[in-house]
Amino acid sequence: MSKPDFAYAIYINASREEVWNGLLEPEFTRQYWFHDNVSDWKQGSRWEHRAPDGEKADIVGEVLESELHERLVLTWARPADEDRPARTSRVTFQLGDVDWPGGPWTSLHLEHTDFGDDHEMRDSVSGGWPMVLSGLKTLLEKGFDHVQPA
Amino acid sequence: MHDSDAVFKALADPGRRRLLDALRDDDGQTLSQMCEHLEMSRQAVSQHLAILESANLVTVVWRGREKLHYLNPVPLFEVGERWIRRFERSRLRALHDLKRKLEDPP
Repeated sequence: MSKPDFAYAIYINASREEVWNGLLEPEFTRQYWFHDNVSDWKQGSRWEHRAPDGEKADIVGEVLESELHERLVLTWARPADEDRPARTSRVTFQLGDVDWPGGPWTSLHLEHTDFGDDHEMRDSVSGGWPMVLSGLKTLLEKGFDHVQPA
Repeated sequence: MHDSDAVFKALADPGRRRLLDALRDDDGQTLSQMCEHLEMSRQAVSQHLAILESANLVTVVWRGREKLHYLNPVPLFEVGERWIRRFERSRLRALHDLKRKLEDPP
């Protein structure tokens, strides 16, 4: 297994189920990611990352692993690069319970790896993930009103 | 607790900031790799990394027996948001007021 290019972590004052839904349900992701993530999230299924009013997806891929409220592994590519392994990267979300006062607390670890020769994508996600994770935390801990479009 | 106090305390030390710089330049290093390029004892690097980890500025990925350290900019983004967003909000309000005045003269 190759070494991840990025490994992010965030701790969110919410249950694993809430964090999972916050990452995957369009009604939530629209608020901070400005995209819908569309899939049934079953292993082997296709997933798409699309703007709510967009005609086509910005990112597409396959669900490689899916354990409800715990672990999700996706491939990640532009639609034009979908069948090109050298331009298909891989994202892993791992959720865990954290035993802190005032719980529930959930740890969310994200690894993004295997960018191949797609340096542009690598640069673009390195700026994007901190914003997405921070937006998810704000949404789940403080509610919609605090998340403002950029 | 991963709060902004821990982030600011972790960043207050120039040695720890150098460790974060080293990870920014080459992410996912082991302790030994980090020691090679820094004029710090292994013990000091190890202690600094522990403080950075507890502030969530560094995340750890295990690859077999190798412990890889990654720069985690997420808490820094949150610190920025705390003030930058408020600043933007007031700027947006000022623009909105200006627009109303120009479009709706009294």
